[in-house]
Amino acid sequence: MELDFDCVDRNGLLDNMTNDLQNLDRIHFDLPPSANPSNFLNEVFDHPNAPKALEFAHGTTTLAFVYKGGVVVTVDSKSTQGPYVASRTVKKVIEITPTLLGTMAGGAADCSFWERELGRRCRLYELRNKELISVAAASKILANIVYSYKGYGLSMGTMITGWDKNSDVPSLYYVDNDGTRLKGERFSVGSGSTYAYGVLDTGYNFNLSDEEAYELGRRAVYHATHRDAFSGGFINVYHVKKNGWEKISTDDCFKLYQKYYNQAPINQPNNNNNI
Amino acid sequence: MSIMAYNGGACIVMTGKNCVAIASDLRFGIQQQTISNNFPKVYRINDKCFVGISGLVTDAQTLHQKIVFKHNLYKLREERDMSPQVVTNLIANMLYEKRFGPYFTEPLICGLEGPENKPFISGMDLIGALVSTDDFLVVGTMTPAMYGVCETLYRKDMNEDELFETISQCMLASLERDALSGWGAVVNIITPTQVITKKLLGRQD
Repeated sequence: MELDFDCVDRNGLLDNMTNDLQNLDRIHFDLPPSANPSNFLNEVFDHPNAPKALEFAHGTTTLAFVYKGGVVVTVDSKSTQGPYVASRTVKKVIEITPTLLGTMAGGAADCSFWERELGRRCRLYELRNKELISVAAASKILANIVYSYKGYGLSMGTMITGWDKNSDVPSLYYVDNDGTRLKGERFSVGSGSTYAYGVLDTGYNFNLSDEEAYELGRRAVYHATHRDAFSGGFINVYHVKKNGWEKISTDDCFKLYQKYYNQAPINQPNNNNNI
Repeated sequence: MSIMAYNGGACIVMTGKNCVAIASDLRFGIQQQTISNNFPKVYRINDKCFVGISGLVTDAQTLHQKIVFKHNLYKLREERDMSPQVVTNLIANMLYEKRFGPYFTEPLICGLEGPENKPFISGMDLIGALVSTDDFLVVGTMTPAMYGVCETLYRKDMNEDELFETISQCMLASLERDALSGWGAVVNIITPTQVITKKLLGRQD
């Protein structure tokens, strides 16, 4: 039987296909036909007939701080589109590699895609150099990526953290979509960050014990979820240790409210030992 | 963000057998910032008529004060309380008076009408276009979620306990999907002999 391939070549379809095949092994994005893609997208979505932009995880509270035991990373888990609560169980800590953690604030798609890509590049570095990548280098890869897309409308505010093997210290970097990359010992990112900073800065001390540090992170995010309408759900706590990170806890904000303020659930007797 | 969603809020009215219920959330916020979590949006006009006002809180308070003022004058002149139907028409007229510069509020009215205490509920938009049904009405920042859960749980001719349970579940369930309302709720059940007010514990995030 003979197959007729002419129809495939019509309208340059074959060109498109070969083009796609050539791009298989590298990341590439189709761009809108405009000199300024960010403005173009804004104009398109401003049009009265335009579909609603699906920007998840816009409201967020994430926080991380360095102390003597490593780094504590605490995040909320609410995802909203305008006033609509899309989910209360989003994972905003991104497990980049077994030793590196990233957090998610801003566009969920941007954060999860680029931190996954960062994970891939970190693994390649490890295979090529036979040693783990430093947090400084990993965060710089991410910062360089987002910088190369500056003006394209990426939206991400993230913290990259891990324990550096060479210098044997925990480290924490803040990286955002305009290319800012900052090293620090306390950061909080997202719409609830100001509230979280209030609690974090009052309670912070480098010599905190592990349990105290977890509770400080939890309390800071809890109070942010109370005040900030776009943060809430469950609070996840991670601990970055010398030999990699560990997930410490995940708590429902409502259960924490009942615990902190000794509020009984409806139709149940008051009890000091809730949860 | 729309001015109607500036403060956030949710309100439901429902009818039962010889009773009506009105519920609201307790949040008062400014856009995403929660200022208070003890702010009911339900106002008592008299023992057989309650009004729930959602929307811009400054306008809701002004509107409420003007309703109370007119209700007081009515009582002096007529020596009786206003019936819910009269309150409805009064508010609709007050809102239409501001047709070209409206109060940014959507009121719900509920109560027991006339000597036979017939359940009555009504609602209107911000310039006084009336709607009255015989089952339930919702207003607030997340009406799609509220309608969904009310359509599902509502039954005709519930007694006051069943009505309390239904309106409470409707309120709490729909608040779960609204970032701008919640932080607890308050429910009022109006019966011919008494008004029962209960607070509901809700999520604080």
